Amino acid sequence: MLIPPILSAPLHMIPIPLIERICRLMFGRIAKAHPGLFERLDEHRQKRFAFLPTDLPLAFVVVPGREEISVLRQPVEIEADAITEAPLFLLLALMEGRCDADALFFSRDLSVTGDMEAMLAMRNALDASNIDLQKDLAKLAGPLAPIARRVIGEIRDRALKDQNRPAGEAAAWN
Amino acid sequence: MELICPAGTPAAFHEAVDAGADAVYCGFRDETNARNFPGLNFSREELREAIAYAKRKGTQTFVALNTFMRAGAEEIWYKGAADAVALGADALILADFGLMAHVAEKYPEQRLHVSVQASASNPDAINFLVDAFNAQRVVLPRTLTIADIARIGKNIRCEMEVFVFGGLCVMAEGRCSLSSYATGKSPNMNGVCSPASHVRYRKDGGELVSELGEFTINRFPAGEAAGYPTLCKGRFDIADSNGYAFEDPVSLDVMGELEALKAAGVKALKIEGRQRGKAYVAEVVSTMKAALNSPPDRRAPLLARLRTMSEGQKTTSGAYEKRWR
Repeated sequence: MLIPPILSAPLHMIPIPLIERICRLMFGRIAKAHPGLFERLDEHRQKRFAFLPTDLPLAFVVVPGREEISVLRQPVEIEADAITEAPLFLLLALMEGRCDADALFFSRDLSVTGDMEAMLAMRNALDASNIDLQKDLAKLAGPLAPIARRVIGEIRDRALKDQNRPAGEAAAWN
Repeated sequence: MELICPAGTPAAFHEAVDAGADAVYCGFRDETNARNFPGLNFSREELREAIAYAKRKGTQTFVALNTFMRAGAEEIWYKGAADAVALGADALILADFGLMAHVAEKYPEQRLHVSVQASASNPDAINFLVDAFNAQRVVLPRTLTIADIARIGKNIRCEMEVFVFGGLCVMAEGRCSLSSYATGKSPNMNGVCSPASHVRYRKDGGELVSELGEFTINRFPAGEAAGYPTLCKGRFDIADSNGYAFEDPVSLDVMGELEALKAAGVKALKIEGRQRGKAYVAEVVSTMKAALNSPPDRRAPLLARLRTMSEGQKTTSGAYEKRWR
């Protein structure tokens, strides 16, 4: 499932500091809900991990050890140790461990470049973390949390359903 | 037949148990097991909790200590075995004869399984391990036909476990030196095949280029399913041709041969993939459990969905249906 251009277009206009502020709020909430989130990163904690949603005009750079997230407007030359590119919903599904990164790599839905050791450690750290965006982020909506939870859940279900392609597309080797 | 499932993290372990695994195999976060990848595997405390969870659900836990001990550093493996026994592992999966001897002597009551990495592929080799170390199960190398497995089964004094789904190595289990050749590190000694520290991916026009050390492993044109960056699945220029010299990027799937494997005397079916995510574990284990509980003619549609999770999005029955001999 891709973000339609009609929805991503306004992101060209919204000031980066505002988007960054919202992202930091969400990142902080997730880090608080999962205090051991980056324990598996070991010596890779201070590295810069870039996540590039291919259907958004934005890029996100995370330094786990400093619990720091910055937002850049694409296209831009990214300075990062490791870069992951995929549609936004797949990146979010990977964060929750709802998709298998290797399978997405095989299907070419996901691409990774840079420091593979760091990226593999990040993948495994996220996969082990039991992040649940619906549960973790809905609280940010305050009194509207139940509505937020329902909306996030519905969007996620639709995105995951879309990702489950018919198996007939693949082939037997022998 | 038992279903033996992989787990690289506690989260994947829970998924495997909840999806109906009869046993889950896993390893410590160090070089004692053949999936020593960054961020993967279990601390002692995580394994303690995992084993307790599995026991509550009636699932067994097998701990893989299946690399070969480094001379002078044996204590790392001995400590791993001592801790796994103390934590209540139902079986240890071992490849090194020295470690087997140590476990058989120190923990005679501990169930011992022979890892696929030990490459025990004939009755003499297997019975030697049974007699010498009281091995109670052998994980057979993926080099045998089903007829071979049936012949072995009639002549050995322990249970047989075989891989039925997941990553497929070249036919030199425990003896492959391709990764060592390219990077200096191997699954046998360091627990890593094609270590991530030596892997690079880059884009070249529409192509995805994978590199391992100083070798270009593959160039995948746009739209072509990709595979792991291992030398065995590299695409080589040989004389005037360009293609796969050892093996295609492809995964093993012999779930279509369940009845034959059962008739051959196989006790347990193993899924490869401790390095895979919990979504893979949940999907593969639940699908295979459903297939095992279904009549043979209903299995194929269930299992077809797993092909998209396979390397290169292709599957093979490998040596089990060897056609070239």
